[in-house]
Amino acid sequence: MRKSFKMVDLDCANCAAKMENAIRKIDGVQDAAVSFMAQRLTVEADDGRFEEIMDKIVKACKRVEPDCVIKR
Amino acid sequence: MTRKQKKMLLRILISAVLLVAAVMAPYEGPWRFLLFFPAYFTIGWDVLWRAVVNICHGQVFDENFLMALATVGAFSTGFFGEGEYPEAVFVMLFYQVGELFQSYAVGKSRKSIAALMDIRPDYANIERGGGLVQVDPEEVAVGDEIVVKPGERVPLDGLVLEGSSSLDTAALTGEPLPRSVAPGDSVVSGCVNQSGLLRVRVAKPFGESTVSKILDLVENSSSKKARAENFITKFARYYTPIVVCSAVALAVVPPLLWGGQWGEWAQRALIFLVVSCPCALVISVPLSFFGGIGGASRMGVLVKGGNYLEALAHTETVVFDKTGTLTQGVFQVAHILPQGCTERELLETAALAESYSDHPISRSLQEAWGGELDASRVESVEELSGRGVRATIDGKTVCAGSARLMEEAGAVCAPCPEAGTVVYVAIDGVYMGCLVISDQAKPDAAQAVAQLKGLGVKRTVMLTGDRKETGEAVARELGLDEAYTQLLPADKVGKVEELLEGKSPKGTLAFVGDGINDAPVLSRADVGIAMGGLGSDAAIEAADIVLMDDKPSKIAFAIRTARRTLGIVRQNIVFALTVKVLVLILSAFGLSNMWEAVFADVGVSVIAILNAMRALNTGKE
Repeated sequence: MRKSFKMVDLDCANCAAKMENAIRKIDGVQDAAVSFMAQRLTVEADDGRFEEIMDKIVKACKRVEPDCVIKR
Repeated sequence: MTRKQKKMLLRILISAVLLVAAVMAPYEGPWRFLLFFPAYFTIGWDVLWRAVVNICHGQVFDENFLMALATVGAFSTGFFGEGEYPEAVFVMLFYQVGELFQSYAVGKSRKSIAALMDIRPDYANIERGGGLVQVDPEEVAVGDEIVVKPGERVPLDGLVLEGSSSLDTAALTGEPLPRSVAPGDSVVSGCVNQSGLLRVRVAKPFGESTVSKILDLVENSSSKKARAENFITKFARYYTPIVVCSAVALAVVPPLLWGGQWGEWAQRALIFLVVSCPCALVISVPLSFFGGIGGASRMGVLVKGGNYLEALAHTETVVFDKTGTLTQGVFQVAHILPQGCTERELLETAALAESYSDHPISRSLQEAWGGELDASRVESVEELSGRGVRATIDGKTVCAGSARLMEEAGAVCAPCPEAGTVVYVAIDGVYMGCLVISDQAKPDAAQAVAQLKGLGVKRTVMLTGDRKETGEAVARELGLDEAYTQLLPADKVGKVEELLEGKSPKGTLAFVGDGINDAPVLSRADVGIAMGGLGSDAAIEAADIVLMDDKPSKIAFAIRTARRTLGIVRQNIVFALTVKVLVLILSAFGLSNMWEAVFADVGVSVIAILNAMRALNTGKE
């Protein structure tokens, strides 16, 4: 399943790249892209565990930039 | 400015005032620390806080950490001797000004790109209980009737039931001329109704309407990153640790080996660290691509990702499909060649004979005649499959069709030299002349080919399923280098593969088609360009780049935009790296100070962002 989310207060381009790398390493994520300009996260992950994976993604992003919020 | 930015601006101003006051105060010695501390804390507390939080999260080498380290380092020099307090405050101040400017610039270009894509309709008018009610377009079902008032945006794709008007399609196609619609015409969501009231029957749910598809495409385009973008991300991953390690070595090795001053080398190392942030690159490269894609979409060229923009810039071979791409895909009477009668007589006879048929050829004859046809003059029409028709008009036997039909009718005709579909006409076995029906080239097709050559495209090729004569005539007329005719859809893939082998390894091949039966070829080519037409879904899905107004001349525009964008990206990479490397070298020899280091970080970012914003201005030719 492929879904995209809006990211609020994504202010640092380097952080966006770091988040992307962190998300890609999460188990069950097939592909992920964080667009700094569009303030958008696109995730492709296993259908059944999507919510569980999203929780991990939110945590990973918090670690990189605490200010940034992913709208689910 | 957002609230966050305004707050920052206030902090910058307060801190600047405090800094000036502290510099003016006539105190010496340890008390100066207390003078400068309020100014430093006002401007830098959040940086210090974030540095601490991020270290707890395992994110060590980020900007906050570097700035905190550099300024706290400068502050602590006060414990050994003359404190560099003003420097510490000023560096932090400068950094925050740069960050503010950066966030303002990024916000502005985000907004201007969003404005380009401001085609989302807010509501649909639907009739309920005798009055018009505004509802969310998502709630409207297929088959519902909606009303579009003048000045409103068409919310959903549909069919006009009542009313006529002109529609402004500029937001979708970049085409300034309005399109007129009347009952029976289809309308596309996203257009603006300019004059009359329209009653429209909805043909597609909102999620599948043109406007949703376009928005989806543009918003997702940034997830397909160009090679240059991926390069920067990878580069940053290695670059930062390398610079940090060098900084540590710079701080430790010279004092240990050659007995240098610890304080001096530590400061050089700090400068090293401040310069090291790759932000200028990490922001400006995606921003340039985003701007290029946004600017192109304003002109009706939708690009599905930065990677396609990159491939397009290196176009070496352009392969065209003929029908619907270089030609209009509409049959028109091109030549009327009578023999022994007038042009009008010949056209009228042919139109009458074909008046009962709905074949595209027959329709083009009726259109060319223009006026009303008196159908009562025609009796006993007989369609002869693959040859034409035989009809009795005003008591005479009229044959209209192929050369073979003429033979059967006993009429003698010379083969017509013109390219196209030829309809021969005979009355009572006497040859009366012929009409040539052909698909007209688009008005800008020849110009499009010429422009591509002007841009250094080495080969222009046309593929078509049409007859040899017709295909080659069109290719000659438009100035194409090569033409391959009588190809089946499967042959086209083979031909494109052959052409792909013939190009140089760095160059790319673009295929331009109308997207209807070209999907395999579109995906096989390096860059698939489709004539999107208004509302042709197949094309929007199959291609990498969609030309919304079906004009082949937009290909040259797209290539120019791609090259310009890539040029800006290259300038930024070279500029940022040169300045950074220069300041790094200077600081290693102790020739640069903290000011220059902050400029090399924030200043370069700002300049690179300003340069990247130029990528948006694609429209000015």
